[in-house]
Amino acid sequence: MAVFSSLSDRLQDTFDKLRGKGRLTEDDINVAMREIRLALLEADVNFRVVRAFVSRCREQCLEAEVLSSLNPTQNVVRIVLDELVKLLGSTDAELQLPATRKPNVIMLVGLQGSGKTTAAAKLAYLLKGQGKKVLLAACDVHRPAAADQLQTLGDEIGVGVWRGDGKDAVTIATDAVTRVAAEQNIDVVIVDTAGRLQIDEQMMQEAVDIRDAVRPDQILMVVDAMTGQDIVNVVNEFNSRMDFDGVIMSKLDGDARGGGALSVREVTGKPIMFVSQGEKPDSLEVFHPDRMARRILGMGDVIGIIEEAEKLSDEKSIADAERMLMEGFTMDDMLSQLQQVRKMGGMRKLAGMIPGVDRALSQSGANVGDEQIVPIEAMIHSMTKEERAKPRIINGQRRKRIAQGSGHTVQEVNVLIKQWEQMDKMMGSLRSMAVGGNQRQMGRAMGNMMRNMGMDPLEAEKLARMGGTGGAAANRQQRRNNSRPKKKGKQKKRRR
Amino acid sequence: MALFDRLKEGLSRSRATMNEIFYMGGQVDDAFWEDLEDTLVMADMGAEVAFSVTDDLREQAARENLTRADQIRDALATRIAGEFTPRKWDPFDYLPSCVLFVGINGAGKTTTVGKLAKVAHDQGTKCLIGGADTFRAAAIEQLEIWAQRSGIPMVTRKRGSDPASVCFEVLEQAENTGAQLVLIDTAGRLHTSADLMSELGKVVRVTRKRANMPVKVILVVDATTGQNGLSQAKEFNDALDLDGLIITKLDGTAKGGIAVAISHELKLPILRIGVGEAIEDLQRFNANDFARALVGAGEGN
Repeated sequence: MAVFSSLSDRLQDTFDKLRGKGRLTEDDINVAMREIRLALLEADVNFRVVRAFVSRCREQCLEAEVLSSLNPTQNVVRIVLDELVKLLGSTDAELQLPATRKPNVIMLVGLQGSGKTTAAAKLAYLLKGQGKKVLLAACDVHRPAAADQLQTLGDEIGVGVWRGDGKDAVTIATDAVTRVAAEQNIDVVIVDTAGRLQIDEQMMQEAVDIRDAVRPDQILMVVDAMTGQDIVNVVNEFNSRMDFDGVIMSKLDGDARGGGALSVREVTGKPIMFVSQGEKPDSLEVFHPDRMARRILGMGDVIGIIEEAEKLSDEKSIADAERMLMEGFTMDDMLSQLQQVRKMGGMRKLAGMIPGVDRALSQSGANVGDEQIVPIEAMIHSMTKEERAKPRIINGQRRKRIAQGSGHTVQEVNVLIKQWEQMDKMMGSLRSMAVGGNQRQMGRAMGNMMRNMGMDPLEAEKLARMGGTGGAAANRQQRRNNSRPKKKGKQKKRRR
Repeated sequence: MALFDRLKEGLSRSRATMNEIFYMGGQVDDAFWEDLEDTLVMADMGAEVAFSVTDDLREQAARENLTRADQIRDALATRIAGEFTPRKWDPFDYLPSCVLFVGINGAGKTTTVGKLAKVAHDQGTKCLIGGADTFRAAAIEQLEIWAQRSGIPMVTRKRGSDPASVCFEVLEQAENTGAQLVLIDTAGRLHTSADLMSELGKVVRVTRKRANMPVKVILVVDATTGQNGLSQAKEFNDALDLDGLIITKLDGTAKGGIAVAISHELKLPILRIGVGEAIEDLQRFNANDFARALVGAGEGN
């Protein structure tokens, strides 16, 4: 979510201002374009790229049919979106590893500290997951202990590392590709090279020598998402010397606005293939320009969410889901759902992918942190097996015990149980949701989820609204749900 | 002025663009101001700083009747130099002292520790290196090689151990052996990662509490960083209460304009700048030299 968020905030503000208008004048467009220009500059998009981008957008926006159309703002948004996608690369770029060659060779290059070694390990992990036998070649003979780093990472993900004599990068690479790969029946060799400055002639020549020696199928340049304006010089120089095939953007998990990502494609014509976000080996993702563009504009990445979910949903969870629908929803289910959310990168990452939610959160200043999951976990862990399976048996006595056991107050336990009741209800209503999620249902489900995470109702309401027109209805439904358990509680008390 | 020359060489590329606009006709007109604005943005100074510097300068030019581009250039250098927060002390001179190096991944912390330790050691200062980057694979080995090269003792533990306890041990040994300068390397982390930042907060707290010498926390920033550098510095400062900055990798074509923004915004002095791979390329920072090198003022032609 952090990726591009500030950029998308600013662009959203710009579009919001335009939305209030039925007709747009040339001045409106100029003001909006100035804002876009500033937003892109602050996001570290290269100056020349910004200029070209803005003038292209302006030209199209000023066309008569846009200004006089029924919904001019929508058209402006569409134009900017299209241009953004174009800027990021119109199609997904894939690794080209010809089946006729064995082993395939991938070579990584980049500046010092851009994250090559980490990216090499992540890429190895990715390819290994595709059933390939991978070998890492440690050709960074300059930085102290670089080979040790690769070795450690390789051991962690169970991929072999060829270190050679640790002296001559060209020999290490050649040995790995010719001799070692054949011996170990390797499919892909990933050559990790030393970081070098584009103006360091000697080092650039070494990279060229390695390339000429192993003739890589793909040369990938690793670029730090936080790089500033200079990225243009860097990629240009690397491009003219190495003619790389694609880019891996690293450190996108920070709050860098990733303007570099926007510039690279425009400057070199080379696609961004992967984005790397996180410390774990599985945090290398294929880059989808269209989705990223939509995300920048705050239009959400619904496909991304579904994929995230699919990545995690194994057969067990599918069976679980069926059981939940058939037999009702237990505390254990609730816990595992929360843990699932956390596995998917936490609420923040998820929220960033849903249209509008991202923005609603920032507007309300809500903090949907993972920290809210922790107390819930603690309380559920303090329940007995029976209580988890049948939460309705949790009476006052039990609540007190759970509160003490988890270090929380009885009130907090009450809230948790209420949340469970709501979720249980929701599972009931899910049953009636026959065909899979349109946006309305998504928004509704998400709004409910947020509420269950401990957000106050006002924010949940906002979220529900963001989910589309159906959201308001969902919200009313929600309020009804809210009041019901209370009454029930009272009735029970009276009975007792 | 060997140091100044070296710095100038490092910044030569950025100066080239500056020269271009300053020599073109030499007349100050609207196009000139626009070009100047663009050039400052290109130097990673950020749109906001660039616009405000240009506006100020424009006023000044009108006030003082500066009509030639070369006059403006001097005024610009002075203006930029004034943006930096002056350095009042240097933890590598006022001994004993303990310095913690923090920053995002790949900023150049480990290398900086290695270089600074070597320089101090060669000057006869009794040094101790602490390897508290127990997270990154082979970070300890990397630092060990630096320590061995210059024959400086180093304290560390195996990968995965608690960095705060490493610091504790480092300080203990510093007291036992009477080390004057203690340099501690920490694991790089993104400022957006709350868990890792609070871990680092603990490291700093423990060190400050345990040490009986002044403890300084220094943020290492890669000069190629763009506007995100500001947000990094803010987060690190909020979490750790920084004492100063070191800017590395000014030897590329990077303009290091972000250094101006950070130093100004957070009122932090820049203690060292790295303008090359060699050990002597890690220099003391001089705001005037830096600003003049950046805009190419005072070059005699």
